[in-house]
Amino acid sequence: MCACRCGIRVHLRDEKIRFIEGNPDHPVNGGVLCAKGSAAIMKQYSPARLTGPLRRVGPRGSGEFEAISWDEALQTAVGWLAPLRRDDPRKLAFFTGRDQSQALTGWWASQFGTPNYAAHGGFCSVNMAAAGLYTTGFSFWEFGEPDWDRTKYLVMFGVAEDHGSNPLKIGLSKLKARGAKFVSVNPVRTGYSAVADQWIGIRPGTDGLLIFSLIRELLLADKVDFEFLSRYTNSGWLVVKNPGQADDGLFARDQDGDPLVWDKKSGAPVSAMAGTGEPALIGDYVLTDGRSVTPVFQLLAKRLLDPQYAPDAVAETTGISADVIRKLAADLAHVAFEQEITVATPWTDWTGKRHESFTGRPVSFHAMRGISAHANGFHTCRALHILQLLLGSVDCPGGFRSKPPYPKPIPPPNRPTGQKGTEQPLDGSPLGFPLCPEDLLIDQDGTPERIDKAYSWEAPLAAHGAMHNVIRNAWRGDPYPIDTLFLFMANMSWNSSMATAETIAMLEDRDESTGEYKIPHIIYSDAFNSEMVPYADLILPDTTFLERYDCISLLDRPISDRNGPADAVRQPVLKPDRDVRPFQDVLLDLGARLGLPGMVTDEGEPEYPGGFPDYIVNHERQPGIGLLAGWRGESGLEHGRGAPNENQLDAYIANGCYWSSKIPDDCQFYRGVNQGYLDYAVRMGFLGSAEPIIHQIYSEPLQRFRLAAQGHGDVQPPDAMRSRVETAFDPLPFWNDSTVTAGGDLPLHAITQRPMAMYHSWDGQNAWQRQIHGDNFLYVHHETAAGYGISDGDWVKVSSGHGQITVQVRLMDGVNRATVWTWNAIGKRAGAGNLSEDAPESNSGFLLNHLIPDQRSDPESDASYSNSDPVTGQAAWYDLRVQIEKVDAPADSKTQPQFAPLPTLPGQMTRPDVLAYGAEFRKPGDA
Amino acid sequence: MTSLPTQSTGKKLGLVIDLDTCVGCHACSVNCKEWNSGGHAAPLTDLEPYGANPDGVWFNRVHSFEVGEGDTGRTVYFPKSCLHCDEPACVTVCPTGASYKRVEDGIVLVDEDKCIGCKLCSWACPYGAREYDPTEGVMKKCTLCIDRIYNENLPEAERVPVCVSTCPASARHFGDLGDPNSEVSQLVASRGGVDLMPEMGYQPVNKYLPPRPKVTNDSVHLAAGLTPTAPDSAGKFLQWVDRLLSP
Repeated sequence: MCACRCGIRVHLRDEKIRFIEGNPDHPVNGGVLCAKGSAAIMKQYSPARLTGPLRRVGPRGSGEFEAISWDEALQTAVGWLAPLRRDDPRKLAFFTGRDQSQALTGWWASQFGTPNYAAHGGFCSVNMAAAGLYTTGFSFWEFGEPDWDRTKYLVMFGVAEDHGSNPLKIGLSKLKARGAKFVSVNPVRTGYSAVADQWIGIRPGTDGLLIFSLIRELLLADKVDFEFLSRYTNSGWLVVKNPGQADDGLFARDQDGDPLVWDKKSGAPVSAMAGTGEPALIGDYVLTDGRSVTPVFQLLAKRLLDPQYAPDAVAETTGISADVIRKLAADLAHVAFEQEITVATPWTDWTGKRHESFTGRPVSFHAMRGISAHANGFHTCRALHILQLLLGSVDCPGGFRSKPPYPKPIPPPNRPTGQKGTEQPLDGSPLGFPLCPEDLLIDQDGTPERIDKAYSWEAPLAAHGAMHNVIRNAWRGDPYPIDTLFLFMANMSWNSSMATAETIAMLEDRDESTGEYKIPHIIYSDAFNSEMVPYADLILPDTTFLERYDCISLLDRPISDRNGPADAVRQPVLKPDRDVRPFQDVLLDLGARLGLPGMVTDEGEPEYPGGFPDYIVNHERQPGIGLLAGWRGESGLEHGRGAPNENQLDAYIANGCYWSSKIPDDCQFYRGVNQGYLDYAVRMGFLGSAEPIIHQIYSEPLQRFRLAAQGHGDVQPPDAMRSRVETAFDPLPFWNDSTVTAGGDLPLHAITQRPMAMYHSWDGQNAWQRQIHGDNFLYVHHETAAGYGISDGDWVKVSSGHGQITVQVRLMDGVNRATVWTWNAIGKRAGAGNLSEDAPESNSGFLLNHLIPDQRSDPESDASYSNSDPVTGQAAWYDLRVQIEKVDAPADSKTQPQFAPLPTLPGQMTRPDVLAYGAEFRKPGDA
Repeated sequence: MTSLPTQSTGKKLGLVIDLDTCVGCHACSVNCKEWNSGGHAAPLTDLEPYGANPDGVWFNRVHSFEVGEGDTGRTVYFPKSCLHCDEPACVTVCPTGASYKRVEDGIVLVDEDKCIGCKLCSWACPYGAREYDPTEGVMKKCTLCIDRIYNENLPEAERVPVCVSTCPASARHFGDLGDPNSEVSQLVASRGGVDLMPEMGYQPVNKYLPPRPKVTNDSVHLAAGLTPTAPDSAGKFLQWVDRLLSP
């Protein structure tokens, strides 16, 4: 398996890599391989690789280290961590940039007893994940995908050209070969947008408004799938209208707690879960207890039929003409309802009703970080799911389909768990999905329990944590100081933080009275010499991905596709030629040395002496459920559930390092309400029970938080936050311009796109990738530039009110006129990645991060919060607004700001002046 | 000066590149570099690989540019490698016979033993497809993965250039463009494939498929959009009361 998730075949000659190619049988990539995967030879042999454990000896940031042994390194770590576990486990903050091993890393944090754990989703796309999991039970990218083989119309929103790289390209080429229409909504016309049948160059942050306008057009023309809404969504569920009271906005429920619908046949309320009623979607009703109620659909329609969402009314704000919006709505309606498709497989829904076929509405959507990384991103993502639900194109043939083990109950059943005490594991996973304020991780007085303030009133549904808040909060001791920051593959002193320069200063800052660093200990694990290395006190060098076992688990973020569940392993194909160890092995070793429960036997010996592969095979989360679903049981022939099988890894390797299973045909669609699928999912261990999963257009959990803000319940936000919470926790989606507050009312939006050749990476240390993308420019629409007197190649000062950068401009046509943008994944600090100090990555490349504040002030109070979505805590780095001004080219022709070059590390490899890799493979006589 | 083959088998192996689906991801470029770094023309030397001006040998490069403005504007990704011309000036200009065009399949290759590194061929090639390796002092170029396409150690399905097998967007195809019935020739015929700079007269074998016409859906409904069935929100609700409330 490649560094992300594609299957690869690695060909070796004389213990060196001769060739890496896609595995033709692999479910993710079917034999193709991207530029980054193909360049993995140069990753494997990069001189930026760390060569052994290091301990800092100079001041932080100086880069002065000494080489130490692994035993010394691990004992040092244990020396810092053991007292924390004994006295106050939350003083360890453990955050991982790389998110592939959460089934281990999250468990490890739980066993240590700290709630302060997450991966990078908080600044990546938690809005996308959370909005989906609180609405449909699955989500874009990881847990759902377009039905590539059947869809006739795809609209892609804000895809930053990296996620799902190969599957997207494969899918798009299928669509285009079939003549299906592909529309891309993106401020920038590159990559996928370049091959779209229609490119809609939207103004950043206004996608929600466009979606509302589309919904309004559909509603006014009755182009809505009322049957789908009645049967499979909560459109008919009755919402209590009781303003000012504790039940206002909650669902009316019967004595069993089941939500009620108004049955048109009997003219009376009946349980929605009986499956017998014909729900009224509109109307105002009175229950026998005298309470007024209204169906969800009516509330939604009332909001979205408002003239403020008419195409003409949103055209200026979105930058999209009203005609384009009307045409897009008409297209969607036409394909969904006039080009309906049928899959003639009988199935039975959760109410017991037999259907002779699956109805397909072949309109599908895909979306990613572009709509997610805004402070209005959660509601925008939810709006997009609701558009799909109104069209009836969710989990149907040709629509947007789930990837098992999803859908999950809405939201998934695990709640976040906080610190239980000292020397004890948490009761569950640190991360989860709150249903109500009582699920928050806050103290009696409302103080956040987590260092990143996830699951506090600042970010109640922070399902991926909020890694981007950790350093500032730890630095200022808010909500409390920590002792050790343990990071894995997270370049927090460079590209992974907003306000990069300030973050560096916080890492270097000392307490004036004690002289100790504000964050006393920093442990860092990475395979490469990144910008974060000089800010660590202890370096635990990781292997490359070709030198270790890994596991992409159904418990985590699996490689499943729409046809069925799949998981995968990575096997080592090369032995490290350096004193480095797989991070997962190190974590288990540390766990054993610390005596963490589950990592030592009763006799105190390591539970997994074989390291991570031992854990992959033998660890059980519940009886019969482990990290891998394939080839379980003593026979090795059980899938899903089964006892550990000591030959499991061999079975995976023999099968190309993956396991996949196709779900029966009658379980392929409408999975959350398909009785056959629900029973299958319970058998496989994907679901705890076969209860139907009804799509939640109206979100009652959100309303519960809103009610708390309005003064109801035992757990309420502090007064200063009531208005913020009440506004953000609207049970129906709303739109606000979240970009204005981030950078003041500046004229231009500034965003980044990721080049495909740097898929999910900053691989400037790679000799081949850097020849494709070695520097970056600020791209500006030529007419916008003309207004500023800027020509191609001019230098500009870009200011945000938070910071400024000086960079060179390139003009282009395919960009929203109010938007400037640049590539990310390129700009490096001088010396990072063992590049020469005059490398273009540092001389001409740059980060937009210097402009992005990590805090934003609340317009209604004096308070300042993380620059994040108020629902999920998603970092709002696409909310950036800037102004630009032409300046003279800097005398040294370097972008500004520049930082002191990173010094040479002990054991750092020599970088060659000439690379002739592969010469040794040439056979004599070849020519 | 080097002569072209006087006889031909009629076989013209080459590539067909689909500009409709190429998203400019560079997978073809890097997989090509990867395979060929250890292949027929190994190595594909990189100068200053970690320095100020990294500059390596690449047989296949993707260029990106914009064409037109506004509604008619588009972004184009244009992968380019040796086009294995029928009339390759890079061969006829070669003073030593190092550059040659194969009789049996039309592939243009360099015999490095005969190459003196004079670079005349790179001046002669209008497509910029030749790549000089300064450390070895010889010219290198796309071999159409000659060490794969005839390699009987590989399963038959894998005997294609790696730029084709790795392309995630299925934008690259390989075959005999001398055979009008081959899949690639049929593809060129059906999609209106074109020569690159035909006016130069080099008769490139590789073909480019232009972008398909945009799917507009204009024919199936009024471009004016949907027809509201009620004039406004209030009317809509009245209508729904009538329609949606009847059991």
